[in-house]
Amino acid sequence: MKIHEYQGKILFQKYGIKTPKGIPTFSVEESVAAFDELETSPVVVKAQIHAGGRGKGGGVKLAKNREEVKNLAKEILGMTLITHQTGTNGKEVERLLIESGADIDQEFYAAITLDRGKEMDVFMVSTEGGVEIEKVAQETPEKIIKVWIDPFLGMKMFQASQLAYALNLKDGALKEASKIFLKMYECYIATDSSLLEVNPLVKTADNHIVALDAKFNFDSNALFRQHEIVEMRDLSEEDPMEVEASKYNLNYIKLDGNVGCMVNGAGLAMATMDIIKLAGGDPANFLDVGGTANAETVKNGFRIILSDSNVKAILINIFGGIVRCDRVANGVVQAVKELGLEVPVVVRLEGTNAKEAQIILKESGVSIIPAIGMKDAAEKVVNAALKAEKN
Amino acid sequence: MSILINKNSNVVVQGITGSEGQFHSKQMIEYGTNIVAGVTPGKGGQKTLDDNVPVYNMVIEAVEKENANTSIIFVPPAFAADAIIEAALAGIKVIVCITEGVPVQDMTKAKQIVKKHNIHLIGPNCPGIITVDECKLGIMPGFICKKGNIGVISKSGTLTYEAIDQLVHAGLGQTTAIGIGGDPIIGTTMKDCLALFEEDVETEGVVIIGEIGGQMEIEAAKWAKENMTKPIVGFIAGQTAPPGRRMGHAGAIVSGGDDTAEAKMRILGECGINVAKSVADIGELMKKAMEKR
Repeated sequence: MKIHEYQGKILFQKYGIKTPKGIPTFSVEESVAAFDELETSPVVVKAQIHAGGRGKGGGVKLAKNREEVKNLAKEILGMTLITHQTGTNGKEVERLLIESGADIDQEFYAAITLDRGKEMDVFMVSTEGGVEIEKVAQETPEKIIKVWIDPFLGMKMFQASQLAYALNLKDGALKEASKIFLKMYECYIATDSSLLEVNPLVKTADNHIVALDAKFNFDSNALFRQHEIVEMRDLSEEDPMEVEASKYNLNYIKLDGNVGCMVNGAGLAMATMDIIKLAGGDPANFLDVGGTANAETVKNGFRIILSDSNVKAILINIFGGIVRCDRVANGVVQAVKELGLEVPVVVRLEGTNAKEAQIILKESGVSIIPAIGMKDAAEKVVNAALKAEKN
Repeated sequence: MSILINKNSNVVVQGITGSEGQFHSKQMIEYGTNIVAGVTPGKGGQKTLDDNVPVYNMVIEAVEKENANTSIIFVPPAFAADAIIEAALAGIKVIVCITEGVPVQDMTKAKQIVKKHNIHLIGPNCPGIITVDECKLGIMPGFICKKGNIGVISKSGTLTYEAIDQLVHAGLGQTTAIGIGGDPIIGTTMKDCLALFEEDVETEGVVIIGEIGGQMEIEAAKWAKENMTKPIVGFIAGQTAPPGRRMGHAGAIVSGGDDTAEAKMRILGECGINVAKSVADIGELMKKAMEKR
């Protein structure tokens, strides 16, 4: 789960990490009022969407007076922002952050995330702040300084100083940065974050360390104990069908192709998408129906897949273990009948009671294309999609 | 021979009185697994599963009174890491954690404990492990397996069944099949499992099934290149997965570097592993690799 920058900064303030004064707004009027309230100039008008690269995409701009704030708010609110992280469709801006400008002397990068290889969290800083960190990592990896944090010890003072020294800081700024690093780690742990990134973290002209950005990703497995974070969830930032699917405990991710698929198990679902592609088609989605593939789940799965008008054919691929294939077959038949499905459906059922399932499908009277094995299933569904595309 | 578990494993089921624990314990006993005890805090003193299995409050009691040496965990995600640590400190040597949705922070700690005590933890978020015709410690359908000489290691549940099914159709049976789990932090890694299969005299070939995200497949492949004498067939799921999206498993996310399916398949190939481009080719490729030996 992700949150907006302004929400991240609310968390920062709670943990004592200094950020510029700012006010989130949802309209032009609110934005102008925010400028009046801040009583400072210039201010930064920042688009609030769940993606990086907002500055480059034209979503972060400087305003020197009331009039400029008004014009920029008009321009940015409602615009579709396209950045390297939004995909080609971009995202519509619905919220702004109006923030006091900072007098920047130096820009740094600071982030905490899980190092899967070392099986502990890693704290990274770099003097190359304000730019794409992926580039720095690729071209000058020596400019990223890392310390690994033992989960039982937590972050130690010397590690925080080590990072501050690496940024060539001195005196007051050195102490301030070390403190901020410790607080960042405290916040990261307390909120069950999987990523906490500040880019840029700056040293101001008057020698203070301030976080100009706050990017959080949270461990979705831990949301059950993070009520404050869950409150911050902005559903408008997520695909509506993915949100709908999650209500039925279905794991759905929309893609750009025309072959829908419904599978039990995440690994098999990915492999099904891959084999559709190998057969010359394009998967329209990832959909894992989990361990209970009954009539109700199959019906919900169909509804979600078919809400995407690109879908021309659907492949159901179930490997029955604990789930019995004859039950799944009955579910499929019932769902096809009730929904009056017009899209061709290819069904491959393997495992427990697969033979009984074949008979049910054959004798059902509904037009289902049975398949044996994944290769056969993929070829059949791709052909069906091609045929439907032509008609 | 086999790896990690066999007919002599004395199994304690943590969370035995829950619905999952009840259902799968029955299935495991039917398969032949030697379940000696169950644990559910607050229900100690009862007997469960037709009055056959004693229930204790703590794992340590199952170890002391029933000689339990192996555990399987079916407790909710909030308590799973605690259950792992309890089993580890009670002296259990092989722990299988089926639970899906364990917070990563809980797992970084639990992993350090099991490492320190030299324990084999399988999972979490996994289908478990099966030694064919001897012992099933998990939720997989046992009947699809056939006894033979191939080891199976996989990050995914149903994809493991798919691979086993294809092996059987290709005339190849299995020694042990392990679902290692799809989370960012898991106990026994792909490399650890390869090393166990290399040592096992009965296993003559291995199938590894990975997916996008992390470096585990690459670490295993590089180790295999230097140390493995038995043929390996590899498959990586997620060739069509969009970057930055979590594909069902918590760990299945492309986040930069060599963690795409394409990169992993290339590196597996460079390390001498027979890479199946299509999931449908796993069985046939293994058959060919075994004939070529």
